[in-house]
Amino acid sequence: MFLTYLRRELTRRSKQTLFIAFGLAVAIGLVMVVNGAAGGIKTAQDKVLSNLYGIGTDVSITKTDTSFSGGPHQFDVGGKTGGTGTQAFSRSFLTVQPGTGTLTSAYVQKVSAVAGVSQVVSTLKLDSLNFSGQLPTFNQSTGSSTTGSTPIGGSTSLNQGGQQAQGTQSRTQQGTETGSQPAPTFGGGQGRGGFDGNGGSRFNINRMTVEGISTAAGANKIGPLSTVVVTSGRALKPADAGSDVAVLDSTYASGAALKLGSTLTISATKFTVVGIAKSTSTAATTSSNAYIPLDVAQTLSGKTGAVTNVYVSAKSADVIPSLKTAIKKLDSVATVNTSSDLASTVTGSLSTASSVVNNVGTWLSMAVLAGAFLIAILFTMSGVTRRTREFGTLKALGWKSSRVVRQVIGESLVTSILGGIFGIVLGYGGIALVNALSPSLSGSLQAATGFGGGDRGGFGGPPGIRQTTASVVNVALNASVSPNILVLAFAFALLGGLLAGVFGGFRAAKLSPAQALRSVA
Amino acid sequence: MSDIKLAYQLVGVSKVFHQKKKEIKALDLVNVEIAANDFVSIQGPTGGGKSTLLQMLGLLDNPTNGAIELDGEFLNELSEAQLGELRAKKIGFVFQNYNLIPTLSAIENVETALVPLGIDKQERHDLALKALEKVSLADRANHLPSELSGGQQQRVAIARALVKSPKIILADEPTGNLDESTRDEIVSVLEKLWKEEGITLIVVTHDSAVAKRAKKHLYIKDGQVSLKA
Repeated sequence: MFLTYLRRELTRRSKQTLFIAFGLAVAIGLVMVVNGAAGGIKTAQDKVLSNLYGIGTDVSITKTDTSFSGGPHQFDVGGKTGGTGTQAFSRSFLTVQPGTGTLTSAYVQKVSAVAGVSQVVSTLKLDSLNFSGQLPTFNQSTGSSTTGSTPIGGSTSLNQGGQQAQGTQSRTQQGTETGSQPAPTFGGGQGRGGFDGNGGSRFNINRMTVEGISTAAGANKIGPLSTVVVTSGRALKPADAGSDVAVLDSTYASGAALKLGSTLTISATKFTVVGIAKSTSTAATTSSNAYIPLDVAQTLSGKTGAVTNVYVSAKSADVIPSLKTAIKKLDSVATVNTSSDLASTVTGSLSTASSVVNNVGTWLSMAVLAGAFLIAILFTMSGVTRRTREFGTLKALGWKSSRVVRQVIGESLVTSILGGIFGIVLGYGGIALVNALSPSLSGSLQAATGFGGGDRGGFGGPPGIRQTTASVVNVALNASVSPNILVLAFAFALLGGLLAGVFGGFRAAKLSPAQALRSVA
Repeated sequence: MSDIKLAYQLVGVSKVFHQKKKEIKALDLVNVEIAANDFVSIQGPTGGGKSTLLQMLGLLDNPTNGAIELDGEFLNELSEAQLGELRAKKIGFVFQNYNLIPTLSAIENVETALVPLGIDKQERHDLALKALEKVSLADRANHLPSELSGGQQQRVAIARALVKSPKIILADEPTGNLDESTRDEIVSVLEKLWKEEGITLIVVTHDSAVAKRAKKHLYIKDGQVSLKA
């Protein structure tokens, strides 16, 4: 009789059943869409982070060089005294990016030993600067060498003519790459007289980012190389340790007209290009222009045993917070970031969407859910009131209160299951709509690269230029449904039904048959 | 009276309701004996206590004072659950408004009276069909109440009351909503069942035509019951 009665009630009072179920369905659908969108945003954030920090990296460690006091790189050009015309010169630098501190191999070993660490990969990020060109020879009998300070700012070629002051070339890259691309030569005045009125000057300043990476097997599983795929040639292998070989970013390689087998000069050392790589993301380049063996990078930069970036993967997600704490204790100055820390540094429309979904979306879905619960409870209770005579009659016939309550709860639960099913269908529909619209979100990580001010001035540029490099990644929002959300949605529906059933059933249980029949009469 | 088996014995039964600090005596020291297999009518003015008395007899409400004995069993010390069991086994109800479950068919409505007795589905169905046959409604077994006339609905209600073979049927204004010919038809059905099934039939009615078919007549006014000739 329970099932017959239940079926009859739900089908013959279909309007009420559908109204309650629909109320729950809207709420559950909304919860699913909000959760799905939140999941999509999380995935988008991970994508942004992975493009910049690598897939599978749970903790990244860097260090800021607090001792960096600024001041320009300095180079001397030995000039001929008393001569006229120009002279050729070339200088190369391979240095750690200004403001970036280094971590020792001993520190990396300690990190590896922290409980919960699965893998550690470290890299040495360097700036390669190459100056070459011609300078005028001076007529002064005393002779002097030309001294310049070089504010760094992308790959620039300058023709310096006469007394024209050349401003510092500072470029903010609103692109998807870090590092720089070869830029065309510009400027003029060649032959119009140099500093002393003799021949013109021509500088080629070539800057690129070089990253020393471990050649050990499996080192590409986390860190920057996890988002890199070799498109031609090969990746670095253990046998490359100590060798002058490089893998180039495809965008950089094509810009610099370099290909497999080409020779590339870094810090006056000729490297053979053994591989061309590109980012696994279509929206970004790789994190550096060139990848060379870590030991070679350390030797050339004079930073034996030093690294700038340490990437750590945890054995499981739940140990990440404790891992961070333990690593932080090893060196209080080091910057230890988890992926969730980094997620908070993502800016742009992705950040806005995240904020909207996590704040407005969550509150909205909670409010609608609470409303749906309330509607279900009120309708069920009003249904019991409307059926006072019915329940009073059944009690007069000898039905126990528990049987009547069971009936009310059963009806309510089945309604909520229907609501759950409708809600899941609605949720899938909403998520499909979000995915069909596929809104594009841009995310960027503000990475300020500090360059200490040059108090001696450079090419006329102001001291203390600070270059901000913002890497922007565009990702399409792709909401998804996880099994957990389905379970959660259904649990919410059942909870709504149970609450409504319990409240309604409680009212039904309290009905005395005499009162029920009397009140109806 | 001592040789006659009693269906009910009420001794000093009072029922007091409180409405806005006002005390209303619905029943006032009622002493009534109703013999088993009797056909009793209860009449009286509106608000006189007819329905309250019927609820006491139907074990739907407890008296404020006094004792009620049903079929030789004192009810005062029984719990709500025990009273429910007694109702399920021994008492059939027929209401003025039929009180059928609107979403259940005629036969399913009849079956609801058998649910508390723990009878299995097939037996329930067979007994319900037989009960409908007794009131000549077997052919409408699968109709919803809304698809039946008032008289037919009341016959379904009577089938529901008699399906469990109760000792007592309490009918509260069973013809109150029916026209004259249907009224006679329903009273005839009840009278026939009283005779054939050997039940105690107690009918509360305003209708003298119905009351005069009873063998014993009680009159209740201001909570006081008297025997009417």
